[in-house]
Amino acid sequence: MIGMAKNVLEVKNLKMYYFTNRGVVKAVDDISFELKKGEVLGLAGESGCGKSSLGFTLMGMPTPPGKIVDGSIKIDGREIVGLPEDVLRKEIRWQKISMIFQGAMNALNPVYTVGYQMIEPLIYHKGMEKDEALERAQKYLELVGLDPEIVYRYPHELSGGMKQRVIIATALLMNPSVVIADEPTTALDVIVQAQIINLMKKLKKELGLSMIFITHDLSILAEISDRLAIMYAGKIVEIGDSEKIYYEPAHPYTQKLLAAIPRLHEDVEKLEFIPGQPPNLISPPSGCRFHPRCPYVMGVCREQEPELKEVDKDHYAACWLL
Amino acid sequence: MVEPILKVENLKKYFPVKRGFIDTLRGAPQKVVHAVDGISFEIYKQQVFALVGESGCGKSTTGKLIVKLLEPTDGRIYLEGTDVTDIRTKEEVLAYRRKVQMIFQDPFSSMNPRFRIFDILEEPLLIHGIGETKAEREELIFKALEMVKITPPEDYVGRFPHMLSGGQRQRVAIARALILNPTFIVADEPVSMLDVSIRAEILELMKELKEKMGVTYLYITHDMSTARYFADWMAVMYLGRIVEMGPVKRVIDNPLHPYTRALLAAVPEPEPERRNIIKELPIKGEVPSAVDIPPGCRFHPRCIYAQKGLCDAQQPKLIEYEHNHWAECHLVGKY
Repeated sequence: MIGMAKNVLEVKNLKMYYFTNRGVVKAVDDISFELKKGEVLGLAGESGCGKSSLGFTLMGMPTPPGKIVDGSIKIDGREIVGLPEDVLRKEIRWQKISMIFQGAMNALNPVYTVGYQMIEPLIYHKGMEKDEALERAQKYLELVGLDPEIVYRYPHELSGGMKQRVIIATALLMNPSVVIADEPTTALDVIVQAQIINLMKKLKKELGLSMIFITHDLSILAEISDRLAIMYAGKIVEIGDSEKIYYEPAHPYTQKLLAAIPRLHEDVEKLEFIPGQPPNLISPPSGCRFHPRCPYVMGVCREQEPELKEVDKDHYAACWLL
Repeated sequence: MVEPILKVENLKKYFPVKRGFIDTLRGAPQKVVHAVDGISFEIYKQQVFALVGESGCGKSTTGKLIVKLLEPTDGRIYLEGTDVTDIRTKEEVLAYRRKVQMIFQDPFSSMNPRFRIFDILEEPLLIHGIGETKAEREELIFKALEMVKITPPEDYVGRFPHMLSGGQRQRVAIARALILNPTFIVADEPVSMLDVSIRAEILELMKELKEKMGVTYLYITHDMSTARYFADWMAVMYLGRIVEMGPVKRVIDNPLHPYTRALLAAVPEPEPERRNIIKELPIKGEVPSAVDIPPGCRFHPRCIYAQKGLCDAQQPKLIEYEHNHWAECHLVGKY
């Protein structure tokens, strides 16, 4: 069924660089992937690998001094790279693609009621009446398991889990084709985190939500992603079906990442870790960017950059060993 | 009989809640937060004792009480058999801290950004009067850095904390705790801010140092999986009380308390085939405020098995249900 579904998001050769005083940081460097309707794509990698930068770029709002240098982002077939800011704001952002932010604690404005900040875009962009907009906000609050009366409350009156639900409801309010969730559970306690993931599973099922789920935590991604993309130093090094990547990771980086996770019900003799640090993206290593940390490094790895190769059906990795 | 390195008896810490001016005039009763509400445990040599729970359960307060950053409201703390609860004088506290050190959660804010790595590590030596000459101290500092695998140390001693990565900074924090050669370390969420692969590296390092230097740890965490990996014993805290305690594997594989079960059910696991199943979480509601503790079993409002007239009326006791495996619940084996 999913195989038949159409692409809601197509990203091709996307490059987003930060132009800083110290040089050009290649945070998103030639990335291509697709997202199908009703699918959750997990985006994983260490801090600084460019995963959040990619999220913001897809929203058409790379953080300054970042700029999209090249490539294409098509949402429902419509190209958004190069669109002027006012068109992006009026027609794309929140309506076609929306974002659930990291840090439920800080994403809400403390001086406005929950309802006010939820309906602001509905009033300004959609020209809705206040009552109609509030009704809509309440409907979505109910959908995420909250009491609709919360529209009259202020953020400080809510718990962390409730705030995160408000943020999810806000992201869904305009019925976007694609939702980007950037570390949506990171600041939450284990039980609240599990409840939020359950909620997202439910929304995926009921609304057929297409989502990109960004986190460094591969255990959380396994709970929700149909497909998985592993990023390293601004590039996707492995992408494909979730089960294939978890059980038969092809890229040494993915293998190491998975071996670094302690398991709850298994005894692990020794956790593996990747020596060294992720590279500086101003002058990334030559050839394969992972080569300075890779245990299997060969001559070719230092000189030539590997392309994504098909390992199996819907499973690609960029490594010279394959 | 083997003497425990650290023993805590009926430890309590209440924080007064600030009253408003009007409330004070009206003589409203002083409310308190029951951060730690009567906990007891023992930690033996070279053991890692994990204190697990959600935010606000009192696990960090317990850690701070043990290193004497806070004074307990009630209860006693013993280090190697000596009662250290009432030590007050500067000399006594200094001597105590030489044996008991702490590693903090956030390697970004636990170091003075204007200090070089050398100064950060020299400070404890100066405070405790270890190493008479600068050369002697330098040798100790280099040794400590080598121990935590920051090599070559001469490349790092001149740097400022912001010039190191998160993992390196946390290793410096560990070196700072170890440089005094302590017997006991309180590690408060030492890996929760780190990336997966760095987390593994730091856990491996702490494990290795445990063997090499014979350190005993109190490992404070919210993460059951790292507790299983790193710790030998585990206590689960809820609203200031220990609700379950025992060897890590027993507690995880055979939890007795409904709260422990809920916590375990919530842990995400890297098994993608279960991604479309909504997880069952055997718990309801949210953590109540630690000011107004529920009567009876403090977990009863969230417990799906709670029985009227029992759980909401009588406070359960921490009972040893199996050898070395304790739980504080009326319904162990009955739900």
